[in-house]
Amino acid sequence: MKLPNLNEIKNRLVPAKQEPVQQAQKKKKKKKRTSPYLDYMEHPKGKEKSSFIKKKKRGPAIPDDNWVKCKKCMNLVYKKDITEFKICPNCGNHFRMTPAERIKITCDPGSFEEWDAGLSTADPMGYPDYDEVIKTAQEKSGIREAVVTGKCTIDGNPTAIAIMDSHFMMGSMGSVVGEKITRAFERATNAELPIIVFTVSGGARMQEGIISLMQMAKVSEAVARHDDAGLLYITVITDPTTGGVTASFAMLGDIIIAEPKALIGFAGQRVIKATINQDLPQGFQRSEFQLEHGFVDRIIKRENLKTELAIILELHKKQG
Amino acid sequence: MTEAMESVKIARKATRPTTKDFIDKLFDNFLEFHGDRYFADDKAIIGGIASFQGIPVTVIGIQKGHTLEENMAYNFGQPSPDGYRKALRLMKQAEKFKRPVITFICTAGAYPGVGAEERGQGEAIARNLMEMSRLKTPIISIFTGEGGSGGALALSVSDEVWMLEHGLFSVLSPEGFASILWRDASRAAEAAELMKMNAKELAKKDVCEKVFTESEEGLENDLDFTTDQIKEALAEALPRLQSLNVRRLLKKRYDRYRKFGDFIEK
Repeated sequence: MKLPNLNEIKNRLVPAKQEPVQQAQKKKKKKKRTSPYLDYMEHPKGKEKSSFIKKKKRGPAIPDDNWVKCKKCMNLVYKKDITEFKICPNCGNHFRMTPAERIKITCDPGSFEEWDAGLSTADPMGYPDYDEVIKTAQEKSGIREAVVTGKCTIDGNPTAIAIMDSHFMMGSMGSVVGEKITRAFERATNAELPIIVFTVSGGARMQEGIISLMQMAKVSEAVARHDDAGLLYITVITDPTTGGVTASFAMLGDIIIAEPKALIGFAGQRVIKATINQDLPQGFQRSEFQLEHGFVDRIIKRENLKTELAIILELHKKQG
Repeated sequence: MTEAMESVKIARKATRPTTKDFIDKLFDNFLEFHGDRYFADDKAIIGGIASFQGIPVTVIGIQKGHTLEENMAYNFGQPSPDGYRKALRLMKQAEKFKRPVITFICTAGAYPGVGAEERGQGEAIARNLMEMSRLKTPIISIFTGEGGSGGALALSVSDEVWMLEHGLFSVLSPEGFASILWRDASRAAEAAELMKMNAKELAKKDVCEKVFTESEEGLENDLDFTTDQIKEALAEALPRLQSLNVRRLLKKRYDRYRKFGDFIEK
């Protein structure tokens, strides 16, 4: 069986650019500043170092609406230079995306069809003022919950798709997120569709208590049925994906893709630090770390993501 | 003190009977098996084969200690990925030989350490959730003490979840909940109440099917009082679950978790 689409798709891959080395050099040059107080001198604030030494470089102020500041390199970036991929032209930092932006760079134009848009959260545990918390999150983010699901085509290949959104309560998983993703898997299984899930999440939604924890099991069993049906599941892990989402569907893809330098882990860094009482190694829990330890198949830059997804889908087309 | 916080205190007591104590009371011929076949033998999880009133079973549980030395050896009952992988290996073995699986849970949570992350704590838990949901043999989970988050869930995707009166199951510790949501860890008691993390409240939410009472003298002083109830329950449940055909068993397990969620549909 031939895959005529494949060569055409492949030509679009953006060749790997050389990583900007400036950043590394800059770090080397930086001199370690030490406290002006010698060991035997009495510091005015006791043993604490004075705060002006720790002050971080904040970068220049933002002049007008046409500019934004990259939180990684602290440089001013002209908004148009970020392009639709939302990447810092200076340091290559991948900014967080909304589902709408993600759909625009991933799905064929006009092909996205949303599922279960009408679901919104109730209050399973009677958490005080939970409806207020939700309302505020909805107003702030302009969306109803932390995931958008549906189906689309990618270079003509039909697929189910779920996109989590960090702008809504840090993408935390409560009843609605669990239900929408479970339904997406169930629909994909029934329609014999592959499914792509873009993850970004702080973990379980604490306000929903044990019910949020149960969502991990609920989604995982829907993944199992999709798997039993011999269908393809691709996870695209984006920054940050932690806690209960890492410990369930994010790590269950047949193929696990990560965006560069995304934070991916189970336990939070603060908790680990407090437990082991040591500093964490450089790059700990980043995509590159996960790749090195065997938990990620590929790290893909955003410019190439659609193309690579299309190749994967093309190669998994039902034969005959 | 709230009722829920009372349970938290009791569940964490150093004298509380551990998984080994329960195995000794409930089963005969327990043989412990070690190792995940990939990397290590995590002592925070023990497992093996045994018999319950003549029925061969696989038993797996999280092990805490009574003393500091024991707890150091068992990593305070906080499993690493190797432990979850060992558990899965033993469950797959149980599936092959059509033995029911019984798991015992008492953990503050999966271990948050550098090595655990390097070896994929998230992946190990995720894999267990998925594989347990389709394991072709009955699974019963018994929460004997703390039930901390994903680390507890990773051994408890089952046909039935049972809890001791002061067993707990929650998305995180009450102290963690209070400090994250209210920035005040001292409000733990309030958090414990709100999270409905004790057996009585969880039964109302259908998170567990059975609750076993504990002796007023304390579980450690009269373990038989509780294990007799568990024995009776196992004697009834094991043949019942074993008699179901696999499709029906898995359908029921699927539905058990499918129902969780509280949302409005417009």
